[in-house]
Amino acid sequence: MITLTHFLALGAILFSLSIAGIFLNRKNVILLLMAIELMLLAVNMNFIAFSHYLDDLAGQVFVFFILTVAAAEAAIGLAILVVLYRNRSTINVQDLEELKG
Amino acid sequence: MNSLDIYSIDSLPDMSNNLMDWLVLMPEIFMLLATSTILMIGLFAGRKDELLTYILSLATLLVMIFLLVAANKYNDSILFDGMYVIDGLANFIKILVCITVIAVFVYARPYLLNRNFAKPEFYILGLFATLGMLIMASAQNFITIYLGLELLSLCLYALVAYVRDSNNASEAAIKYFVLGAIASGMLLYGMSIVYGITGTLNLSEISLYLANQNDVNIGLIFALTFIVIGVAFKFGAVPFHMWVPDVYQGAPTAVTLFIATAPKFAAFVMAIRLLSDGLQPLHIDWQQMLIILAVLSLIFGNVIAIAQTHIKRMLAYSTISHIGFVLLGLLSGESFGYASALFYTAVYVLMAAGTFAILLLLKNDSSNLYEDVDKLSDFKGLSQSHPWLAFLMLLLMFSMAGVPLTVGFYAKLYVLQSLVYNDFIWLAVLAVVMSIVGAFYYLRVIKYMYFDEIEDTLTSQNAPIATAVLSINGLLIVGLFIFPNYLLNYCVSVFG
Repeated sequence: MITLTHFLALGAILFSLSIAGIFLNRKNVILLLMAIELMLLAVNMNFIAFSHYLDDLAGQVFVFFILTVAAAEAAIGLAILVVLYRNRSTINVQDLEELKG
Repeated sequence: MNSLDIYSIDSLPDMSNNLMDWLVLMPEIFMLLATSTILMIGLFAGRKDELLTYILSLATLLVMIFLLVAANKYNDSILFDGMYVIDGLANFIKILVCITVIAVFVYARPYLLNRNFAKPEFYILGLFATLGMLIMASAQNFITIYLGLELLSLCLYALVAYVRDSNNASEAAIKYFVLGAIASGMLLYGMSIVYGITGTLNLSEISLYLANQNDVNIGLIFALTFIVIGVAFKFGAVPFHMWVPDVYQGAPTAVTLFIATAPKFAAFVMAIRLLSDGLQPLHIDWQQMLIILAVLSLIFGNVIAIAQTHIKRMLAYSTISHIGFVLLGLLSGESFGYASALFYTAVYVLMAAGTFAILLLLKNDSSNLYEDVDKLSDFKGLSQSHPWLAFLMLLLMFSMAGVPLTVGFYAKLYVLQSLVYNDFIWLAVLAVVMSIVGAFYYLRVIKYMYFDEIEDTLTSQNAPIATAVLSINGLLIVGLFIFPNYLLNYCVSVFG
């Protein structure tokens, strides 16, 4: 029997993975974008599980909005990435160090 | 689950009521339609013709102020089954946001024209961001808060990368984007757990549910932590401030001006909606978290700002310390504390707008288009070459330091007053000590301007309208010191 706890644990694991992905990754900005998507999907998992067990549709409606916004966010993120690549010819996270102090 | 429920007759929306809702929503609908129209006009009028977009944008914002003042009579209406609320706070914040954005556009244009950055996109993205802030001001449901926040944030990410060939701007944009997206993710994760525990996304229903619970739910504290982290990220409070200095420095100064001003109102109102309207029953818990954030912001913001040699980066750290003060006002959790925080936010936005406007009006002789007036040493001897701008800068710096005869003094005073009322004497003492530390780097700018010899001569742009608005902005700093009650009474009444 799969209970709410299982879904929440899955959501928490996905969320932790995405946080780890963002803070441990020193290589590629695209990996950061993927981790951000994963983070939103972890939240969606939570919302759907709660929505199902609470017998309330609002959570699923929220998921649709999150998915839509995530698509827009990915578009903007990739656009910024293209601009960055054209200026720097690199998308290595470690090279993003001109601004500091 | 029974998915057929939504089709049952009882839950069909009441149409007559809904029509009224749309009417009350007029200002936002107008804003959306006007912005979309301006987008189309900007597209077809061609890139060269940004004057038309500029004038239409200002006209839209002026009409918005008129509509919002007219909408005051619908105060305390709750629209669309509690998704959206029009109250005194929402209207006040919306009017302040619109006025701020008008000033931002007026200040930014001479700079954009001078560097050939002037394109319709600047104003259109600015207007959409404004719409996002208006939605945040009225949001009464997790969904509306999230959508307003994302509409604002996505426009700001794009604005930072607006000057496409600038190396620093694109780095600042990607940093802002990644950290902003993490903040949204954190906020959403917290929201999802609150939803799971309370079974609703509506803030007033959440508050009602929590008020009836006697024992503290550990899951709620967990969720609250995520929500506070999300809010702190958007405010730029330590330890979630990493993006602030990089974005302030990397973005073109016109965009920095935008980010430093109006979105602070949005962050403030988001904090009020989430923490006060929704999670007030957990006040004891979020108070502790805000104390930590405020103390760290005050200490780190003021101390690190001293070490800066670039004025935009210095102002970024100074912003962080001002955010510390706003949080000090918020954490008391009662209406005078909120009012003092709102007063502080409004005064801070006034000061930041003026300071960045001065940076925009000055021009160095560097041939590099992407190099803004940024070095602190550029200000040496400014009082000789530009006495009026130097005098306005003097007022603004005194105000940021909290010296009497400027409104910054009252802003700090009211926050300290609310702290003392609520028996946080040690926090008040710490805030005063850190303000004195902060006074050092503000007064250093004044010393450069008035007591040092000219090194590099800065020229200023010929922009009579922007200079006039800047003069009003600067004189308001003194005017509001003489009559602080005009602003304070509004701030108190919206939390009445």
